[in-house]
Amino acid sequence: MSQHFPALIIVIPLFSALMVTVAGWFNKRLCFPISLLSLAAVLYSSIGLLMQVLSRQVVQYRLGGWPPPFGIVYEVDYLNSVVLVLVTAVALINLIATRISVVEDFPDKLGPFYTLYLLFVTGLSGIVVTGDAFNLYVLLEISSLTGYALIGMGKEHAPLASLHYVFMGTIGASFYLLGIGYLYLVTGSLNMVDIAGILPKLYGSKVVLIAFIICMTGLFIKMALFPFHSWLPNAYADSPPGVVGLIAPLTTKVMVYVMLRITLYVFKPEFSFASADINTAFVWIAAFGIVVASVLALSERRLKRFLTYVLIAEVGYMVGGLWLANRAGITGAILHIINDAAMTLCIFLAAGNILRQSRSDAFEDLKGLFRKMPFSMAAFVVAALSIIGVPPTCGFFSKWYLISGAIEAGQYVFVAALLFSSLVNVVLFFRIIEIGFFEPLDDHHHQAPEITRREAPMGMVISLVAVAVGLIVLGIFTRDIVTKIIQFAIPEGIT
Amino acid sequence: MDTLISIIVSKYNYWIYICLMMIGLYAMIVKNNLVKKIIGMNILQTSIILFYVSIGAKKGATLPIITHGHNGESHAVHAVDFINPLPHVLMLTAIVVAVATLGVALALALRVYSQYQTLEEDEIYSQIEMSRKK
Amino acid sequence: MKRIGLIVVLLCGGLLVYGTIDFPGWGDPEAPASRHVSPYYIENSIRDTSVPNIVTAVLADYRGYDTMFETAVIFSAGIACFFLLRVFSRKSPDVRLYRHVPTSLTIRIEKGGKLPEESPDFERIDDEWTPYDLIIKTTCRLVIPFIQLFALYVIAHGHHSPGGGFQGGVILGASIILYAVSHDLRATIRRMSERVSALLATTGIIIYAGTGLLCLVLGANFLDYGALAAVLGVDPVSARSHGILIVEIGVGLAVMSTMVWIYYILSSVGRNDEGL
Repeated sequence: MSQHFPALIIVIPLFSALMVTVAGWFNKRLCFPISLLSLAAVLYSSIGLLMQVLSRQVVQYRLGGWPPPFGIVYEVDYLNSVVLVLVTAVALINLIATRISVVEDFPDKLGPFYTLYLLFVTGLSGIVVTGDAFNLYVLLEISSLTGYALIGMGKEHAPLASLHYVFMGTIGASFYLLGIGYLYLVTGSLNMVDIAGILPKLYGSKVVLIAFIICMTGLFIKMALFPFHSWLPNAYADSPPGVVGLIAPLTTKVMVYVMLRITLYVFKPEFSFASADINTAFVWIAAFGIVVASVLALSERRLKRFLTYVLIAEVGYMVGGLWLANRAGITGAILHIINDAAMTLCIFLAAGNILRQSRSDAFEDLKGLFRKMPFSMAAFVVAALSIIGVPPTCGFFSKWYLISGAIEAGQYVFVAALLFSSLVNVVLFFRIIEIGFFEPLDDHHHQAPEITRREAPMGMVISLVAVAVGLIVLGIFTRDIVTKIIQFAIPEGIT
Repeated sequence: MDTLISIIVSKYNYWIYICLMMIGLYAMIVKNNLVKKIIGMNILQTSIILFYVSIGAKKGATLPIITHGHNGESHAVHAVDFINPLPHVLMLTAIVVAVATLGVALALALRVYSQYQTLEEDEIYSQIEMSRKK
Repeated sequence: MKRIGLIVVLLCGGLLVYGTIDFPGWGDPEAPASRHVSPYYIENSIRDTSVPNIVTAVLADYRGYDTMFETAVIFSAGIACFFLLRVFSRKSPDVRLYRHVPTSLTIRIEKGGKLPEESPDFERIDDEWTPYDLIIKTTCRLVIPFIQLFALYVIAHGHHSPGGGFQGGVILGASIILYAVSHDLRATIRRMSERVSALLATTGIIIYAGTGLLCLVLGANFLDYGALAAVLGVDPVSARSHGILIVEIGVGLAVMSTMVWIYYILSSVGRNDEGL
């Protein structure tokens, strides 16, 4: 069975999604255990796959038994396997942590909710392991559609925000499809390794250049890089609490992975980094995006929306890190995928806890939370320190790699943007911590239905604390991660 | 002049599909009504489907169905007689994806309508502004 | 907004047209797209799968994995519409109007009164009631069985003529939607309830993924139909042909049920009792 891990990763959640649909019509209480078991099995398979890759370097799985380029194959190498473990781990932890709020929000639609959840995870895992460009598009659309539906059920202006997300997401995916079409026209193949073999002869062709630009534009729209970021704050801020911890850490990071895959493995570095001016232009765009996101974050007065702007800035880190075109920068970008997913999960879970207990996330309503919700706020502080970049949390190490790569490449604008955003994060997070710590909780005896500021239920707190501890553990083991995995994920041509 | 005509004759189908794509994209960006934006999205996706299908055309070739059946194994099949089947296969998938996206977008538009009682974006934004001021 | 849109569109369009300068010409048999991977499909599909329709062979066998996910996409669209719009609590109005068909009398039933039982003599009148139309109802009743027969033909003949699971499934779904449009949504839901269509859709995908899983259990890779030769008792090439037929049936079932399900939810805005 272990040689079928790549297929099991997709088949198990797909089957479980169907089981959950059937179970949802007959007995709602079966939905959560089925989802839990299936995600645990998927996590086990993905860790097993990582072990296989560590010993064998590349695992190839032929679906349908056909050899590439005639059939669809999975190519799992170092870059894939670590992102896959990340996706499945985040999905599992979020499932456990948000069980109670899901039952509260959708009491009569538990079956469809968990079906959409599992299909979303299927789509993302498939995007990460596939080696076929068109298959990536189909899986992208599965995860996008389920994401639209999951976000659309939030409060307030969620349907409108989700509809805008539909429009932007469809434009992005269509551009990606168009880019693949241009590539197919001149290479005749859809398999990524095959295309990479045929392309070097065609580097001078205008078609390849336009295909690259269109593909990249589509991916930038889907990962909310400035100036295409307008859909993200509304969509994530209004989404239901059980959903934001799944979609926010994962969607943008998997899109960054796809960008890495296309830039480094399909169009080889000789093409992508050929012109130093283009590299600088991309780094400037990323730096500008970081600065704009940080400035917009400064004007926010509500916790969840503020965090979405932090998310947009993090995307800028990763894109800029890739286009620094040196080993330190790309190491920083890949390390930041892992770290940022963990940090985002932790901070959004903490914000979810706070929102659930306080019913409002405006900064003024966060007074005195440290006394009432010590564990959640402690995890929030750890995640905040990681986003700011304080050792020994993981965020420090990825920033270190990014800054050293930027200095090595001479991109001082990027260094300045990184430092500026760290400064803004310091200001804002410490303001929140100050409000939560020092301001006294007002006693309002005469206000009738007062918000009871108790700690969140045990299940939510335990998962949250586990993720916060994981941030520190990831930071301590950075060296191992970099030397054993990330170092081999970068092609050799890069210095 | 000759090269210009030969370029136009050999590529005008792609230009037409790019025009269609741009019409769809323009509708999505500019129009105020949400249903018109959804229609623009559909135009964009459909024009990409047409683009792909036209990649598979071949001069003097016929449908990719082998009409002599599978009882004569000695019958040799030449690839040059049949058009390229792969873009058709890919676009069967893309059509289904476009329909699914249309379904979800319409469901979301229905939810927006039941919340704001209008489908015009400027009216929705003014409603949001007024509720924010309160 | 219009100016931004115009600039973006002109920029994009210009970029794309610039890229077409190096395209191979339209219909050129020497184009790379026609010379690399597709000749293998054309020349070997009968030898590998004994299916004359090359598009079906590629769709359901060589690239069958994509097709499984395509079915999952349409299924997730159905679940998404259900999740977004369906409301379960129905507040029935206090006053109901019924029309007695043989005598054309309209009855008004106040709150607490006894409702007439379900019979073809009594017709419920609500906000979206349309008057009885003999021509449309009779025509559709005559035409629908033939549409369904044609749809089954399209699914079954996917091997030899243009067709297959998706096309046949959509035609089947369209026949049921025609019934819903010409008659009443309530009558359609009485014949094919929402639970049945949801479970049929799930069954369709389970057939597809289950075939693949069966191949996995029998020792080959996922969706390698040659492994089914042991179960079906034929040689591997015919097993591929039969495997393609099985998954096409699964796809047709899933697509039909999902189309009907989405129609139920969208046309009645989730309430499933009134509508067209």
